[in-house]
Amino acid sequence: MQEPSGVKSPLLDVQGLSVSFATDRGRVKAIDDISFKVSEGEVLAIVGESGSGKSVTLMSLLGLNDPKTTYVDGAVAFRGRHLLELPDRELRRLRGKEIGLISQDPMTALTPVYTIGWQIAEQIRAHENVSQSAALKRAVELLAAVGLPNPDEAKDRYPHQLSGGMRQRAVIAMAISCNPKLLVADEPTTALDVTVQAQVLDLLLRLRDDFGSAIILITHDMGVVAEVADRVHVMYAGRIVEKGTAEEIFERPMHPYTWGLMASIPPIDGPRLSRLPSIPGMPPTPEAIPVGCAFAPRCRFSRAACAEPPPKRREGDHIVLCVLEAEERERLRAAVLGQAVAA
Amino acid sequence: MVFAILQRLGQMVFVLFGISALVFLIFFATPGSDPAARIAGRNAAQETVQAIRKDFGFDRPLPVQYAIMMEKLFVSRDLTSFVNRGLEVVPQVMRAAPITLSLVLGAAVLWVFGSITVGVLAALTRDTIIDKGLMILALIGVSMPVFWLGELLNLVSQSRFHDTFLFSWVPGLGYKPFFDGPWLWFKTLIIPWFTLAALYIGIYGRVLRANLVETYQEDYIRTARAKGLSPSRVMIRHALRMSLIPFITMFGMDFGVLVGGAALLTEVVFGLNGVGRLTYQAMLNLDLPMILATVMYASFFVVVTNAVVDILYVVIDPRVRAN
Repeated sequence: MQEPSGVKSPLLDVQGLSVSFATDRGRVKAIDDISFKVSEGEVLAIVGESGSGKSVTLMSLLGLNDPKTTYVDGAVAFRGRHLLELPDRELRRLRGKEIGLISQDPMTALTPVYTIGWQIAEQIRAHENVSQSAALKRAVELLAAVGLPNPDEAKDRYPHQLSGGMRQRAVIAMAISCNPKLLVADEPTTALDVTVQAQVLDLLLRLRDDFGSAIILITHDMGVVAEVADRVHVMYAGRIVEKGTAEEIFERPMHPYTWGLMASIPPIDGPRLSRLPSIPGMPPTPEAIPVGCAFAPRCRFSRAACAEPPPKRREGDHIVLCVLEAEERERLRAAVLGQAVAA
Repeated sequence: MVFAILQRLGQMVFVLFGISALVFLIFFATPGSDPAARIAGRNAAQETVQAIRKDFGFDRPLPVQYAIMMEKLFVSRDLTSFVNRGLEVVPQVMRAAPITLSLVLGAAVLWVFGSITVGVLAALTRDTIIDKGLMILALIGVSMPVFWLGELLNLVSQSRFHDTFLFSWVPGLGYKPFFDGPWLWFKTLIIPWFTLAALYIGIYGRVLRANLVETYQEDYIRTARAKGLSPSRVMIRHALRMSLIPFITMFGMDFGVLVGGAALLTEVVFGLNGVGRLTYQAMLNLDLPMILATVMYASFFVVVTNAVVDILYVVIDPRVRAN
């Protein structure tokens, strides 16, 4: 991580974010004290299984959780402004203008009864004082920029008249319509087939280069991470268990959970596996997260010490929450990942 | 699109034909019930029954009877009542129709605006005291029998408090034609409108609230909020717009049925001689031509409003247009 300290504050600085939900059985903590930073023009991938709290984290940054049932604690600074303390009016001015959201399922992310051009123009006009026709013209340019063929015609299409990939492009065009400094992409490729996935990822990277927006990419797909991420945070059960650059995470993953994720990527060459490697068990529900390491019940290397909150170990800026000491870690990693490749 | 509308209108004619044939068969061709004997009354001489049979054409084959009946109903429009011999049926329906239409149209305006207000307000203030209060009020509106509410309002406005400043403006019961004075027409109908609308404000308000709450879980609402739109714009342009689709379906059915005569209780309570009341009296007297006319009138409105709803769908929901 190359953060010139003191010179430039990060674009987004999340400190000690905790999110809990009100349920019938009282408050349940979904996100427990996570911190991360995003610098300008950087792609940060947040990786984890379904239910690990990735989406909840982002929604609370944007203030899109239901405030009646959700309690958010911590400090979130975006360009020096504290998002969690902003009144709704102020936050609304940032949403869509400075922070764009690309949501998971393009099939349901657009209102079915309006044309995509209208929906993009609506966002532009929510933040800028321009005429409808000027906003529509911008919408056409944006649709062209995201690679929709025939953008002039496409703007008059309704969401149901477009394919999944086209819709996701339209959603992206909408998210970037006001040149946001930060794009938040919640599993943007999950609902798409593989060739379209690659196109959409390329598009995101190109936008980062052209517009200089930082991107927070939420995904559970290590392939996607490998392709686009600068830095990677691995989340498990509401905590960030490992942080590092993409290179560090892929070359020398430190947390047994990350090993499990790596090992479960099916190898491209070699004989076909009779069983895909997987991590046994299920992630804990938010009600049942233990005090100690949440991954311990599923971890092959768990020990008595795992019942205590795991210590923070670091190699430079590569940080992990795990009791394993460097030496033992190297050995076990070689065993797990070497074995996965050999199998 | 034009073809779709024409097709819909064609279906409408077909459905109306089916209804007319069915109604005719039920009333005039049910085995064991002789319409001529009905008209003649109890203990009538056999000769009288025969005369009536000949007079009304009941001695001819069924299709001919049907054709005569339809010709009299729609072409020459001189179908006469069995009970009040010589009284023509069609003009009576034509006289009653504007009364029912005035009543139902006014009530519909009230209930559409009332229920949208109730539904939107309740959905915006979900789980607060306002929401709960509105939903209880709506439930009361649904639960109050319309004749009871009507009589209660009559009691208050026509009798107990009629002499106070509150209700001295209320005219006597009975319909006052619009063209004799719109203001008087309005004053006469405002209480019946409210009476009829109370039930529907309750039902529609509750249904709309439930729809809106469900719609707020949708991804596109999250998208709309993430775009930085104001809460009112998210509500009206996105959530309400989507929730109006089921709302219109309900409205089409209820409106058609009410214009067709289902506003009977309100009409009776407020002395409005509308179609509902006309049908009711025809039923009591077994006045078959009158029943036939009112049923045809009612089914016409039900079928027409359903066709209008179908066409409205095409306008408000682009997903329907594709098919």
